Amino acid sequence: MTVAQQVPPTRVPPTRSGTPPRNGRWSGFNHLLMARLLELKREPEVIFWVFGFPVLLALGLGIAFRNKPADITPVAIVAGPGADDALSLIQKSPRSSSIHATVVAEPEALQGFRLGKYDLVIVPDGTNSFQYRYDPARPESVLSRAEVDDALQSAAGRKDPLPTTAVASSEPGSRYIDFLIPGLLGMNLMNSGMWGIGFALVDMRQRKLLKRFVGTPMRRSDLLLALTSSRLVLMVIEIVLLLGFGVLAFHMRVLGSVFTILLLTTIGAISFGGLGLLTASRAQKIESVSGLMNLVMMPMWIFSGVFFSSERFPAMLQPFIKLLPLTALNDALRATILQGASLGAQSGRLLVLVLWGGISFALALRWFRWT
Amino acid sequence: MATAIQCRDLRKTYDGKVEAVRGLNLEIAAGECFGLLGPNGAGKTTTIEILEGLLAPTSGQVTILGQTWKDNARELREVMGISLQETRLSEKLTVLETIKLFSGFYRQPRAAIDVLEQMQLGEKADSWVGKLSGGQRQRLAVATALVGNPKILFLDEPTTGLDPQSRRQLWDIIRCFQQAGGTVLLTTHYMDEAERLCDRLAIVDHGQVIADGTPSDLIERLGGHHMVEFQVSGSSNGDGIEVWRALPGVESVRPDNGLVCLNVREPHLTIPALLDAVDKQGNHLLHLTTRQASLEDVFVRLTGRHLRED
Repeated sequence: MTVAQQVPPTRVPPTRSGTPPRNGRWSGFNHLLMARLLELKREPEVIFWVFGFPVLLALGLGIAFRNKPADITPVAIVAGPGADDALSLIQKSPRSSSIHATVVAEPEALQGFRLGKYDLVIVPDGTNSFQYRYDPARPESVLSRAEVDDALQSAAGRKDPLPTTAVASSEPGSRYIDFLIPGLLGMNLMNSGMWGIGFALVDMRQRKLLKRFVGTPMRRSDLLLALTSSRLVLMVIEIVLLLGFGVLAFHMRVLGSVFTILLLTTIGAISFGGLGLLTASRAQKIESVSGLMNLVMMPMWIFSGVFFSSERFPAMLQPFIKLLPLTALNDALRATILQGASLGAQSGRLLVLVLWGGISFALALRWFRWT
Repeated sequence: MATAIQCRDLRKTYDGKVEAVRGLNLEIAAGECFGLLGPNGAGKTTTIEILEGLLAPTSGQVTILGQTWKDNARELREVMGISLQETRLSEKLTVLETIKLFSGFYRQPRAAIDVLEQMQLGEKADSWVGKLSGGQRQRLAVATALVGNPKILFLDEPTTGLDPQSRRQLWDIIRCFQQAGGTVLLTTHYMDEAERLCDRLAIVDHGQVIADGTPSDLIERLGGHHMVEFQVSGSSNGDGIEVWRALPGVESVRPDNGLVCLNVREPHLTIPALLDAVDKQGNHLLHLTTRQASLEDVFVRLTGRHLRED
C-alpha cells in the first residue's frame, strides 16, 4: 500500500521527483554518518576544540619550553674589599661569556637574589676568599654556584688533573616539544572520544532523539558505528594537523611509519569511544554526564604523562599508571613517533587499550538505555 | 474491518511503585482515527509508547497488524510512523537533510521532497531546523513519521502548544493520511481536537479506559445534548441541588465554580420551569447560558474533574 498513490488528487503534489528510493543495508549508517559530519562541520566550537586548541597548546608550550641558547648566569658581588678582585677573576676566566657579574651593595644583592634577579650572591670577605650564597632548592642557583666556582678556581690558576671536553647536544627527538606532541595527540584522542561519543549520546537521549530513532527501523549498532566513524574521520585530520604542525614549526622528526601511527590512534580512538559509551550508557542529563566524564578523565590528565613524564610519580603508583589507557596510548605513540618502535614491541600497551575498549563496549551495550 | 492495533489488560508499573497503566484494553480498526483523551498523567503517553514498542509493558498483550513486538519488531517499525510528545531534532541540519536522514532508515521510503511539499515545508527545505517556528517543527516531526510510508501513524499530543492555524494545518495532514487508508492513534487533551478528528476515542483516567465510543456516542451517554448554566442571587446551595434536579428534562446537576450546571434533554421545557422555581424562591438570576454538551462535560460527569485543571 502506498499512501502517496491513494492520497486524493487535490492533495497530491503536482510533481513527483522520480521513483521513491529503495534503501540497502548500509543506507541508515551512511545517512547517520553524513548527518553527524554535517553537524560537526556546522559547530564552530567543535572545530576549535578539536583542531585549533591542541595546535595552540603545542605552540604555546613549545615556545615556553623551547631549548634556549646557553643561559647567561646573573651573579651579584657584594660591594666591599675584594669585590673588584672577584669581578676581574671572573672576567679573566674562560667562562666569562656565560657569567654576568655585577657589583652591588649588600641589601640590593640580597633583594635581587630573593626575587630571582640573581642566581648567586658572592660575598668577598676581604682576605682573598669568597663566600657563596645560593638556594639549594633552585636548580639554576645550584648550577650557577658550580659554574662560578669553576670559573674563579680556574682563573686563579687551578690545573685540572683530567682533560675533558664537552659537546652541546639538542637533537630533535629529545626536546620538550617532541615529548609534548604525542602526549597532546593522545589527550586529544581521549577528549574527543569521550566527549564526541559520550556527550553526543547523552545529548541525543536528553533531546529524546535516541528514542525517536529507536522508533524507526534504524539498526541500533549503526548509530554507534556512525558516531565512532565520525570520530575516526576527525582523528585522521587531527593527526595530520598536529604532527604536521610539529614537523613544520618545530622541525620534529617522525620516525615511526604512518601506518603504525594510524593503527595506534585508531585503536586508541575506539578504546576511548568505548569508554565514552560506557560513561554515557545511563545518564539522562548533560550535567550528570559532564561530571562523570571529568571523573573518568581527570586521573589520566594527571597521571598519564601528557605534559610531563609519568615516570615522575612514585614507583609504588607505576603499575596502576601503566594500566591507564591514556598512559598506554601516550607511551605507544611516543615510542612509535620518537623512536620508530614497531607494533610488535608494543603488544603490552596494545593489550591494555584493547581490553579497556572491549570491556567498556561490552558493558555499555548491556547497560545502554535508549529511551 | 481488520484490526490494526489491539491491546489486552495492559499494565505498566514504574519502579514497582507507580502504576501508570492499570489494565487497559483497546481495539482499533484499520483506517480508523482513534483518540486517547485524558488529563496529564492519565497514562496516555505510557500507553502509546508501549503500543509503539518503545516501552515494555509490565504485563498484557499488544498486537499490531496481527504481529507482536517480540517477534516482528523490525517489520513493525517499517510500517509505522511515530511522533513523540517532544523530540528536539538536530538544530544544525536543514529540514531536507533531516527528512532524508529519517528516510534512510526505511527500506522503501517516500521521496523526501514529496513529503516536504505535502507538509507545506517545501520553502523551508534548506533552512536549519533551529530556525523553524513551533508549528513548522511539529509539521517536520510528523514529516519524519510519514517519510517511511507508514500504515499506522502514532501521534503523541501532536498539537500541544501550537497556534490555531498550525493546529488546523496538522489536522488536515492527519485527515489526509487517514483518507488514504492509514490508521491513526493520537493522544490529546484537547476536546475540540478529539471531537473533530477522531472516529472513536477512549477517555483515559488513572491508567484505565473509563469510557469509549464515537464522540457523539459519548455525548449521547450523558443523557442530554444541552447544558444550562446559571447563577442565582442569594443562592442556597445545599438543598438547591434537589430543587434543580426535580425540574422537567434535567438529567443531572452539578455545581461548578459558583454556577449550577444542568444537563438537559429538552431546554424548552427546562428553562421556563427554572425561571418559575427561581421566582418562587424570591431570588433572581444573575447569569444564564445554554450550550451544546461537549466531551469536556462527559469527562467532568465521569470523573468529577475538568480535563485541564490549570
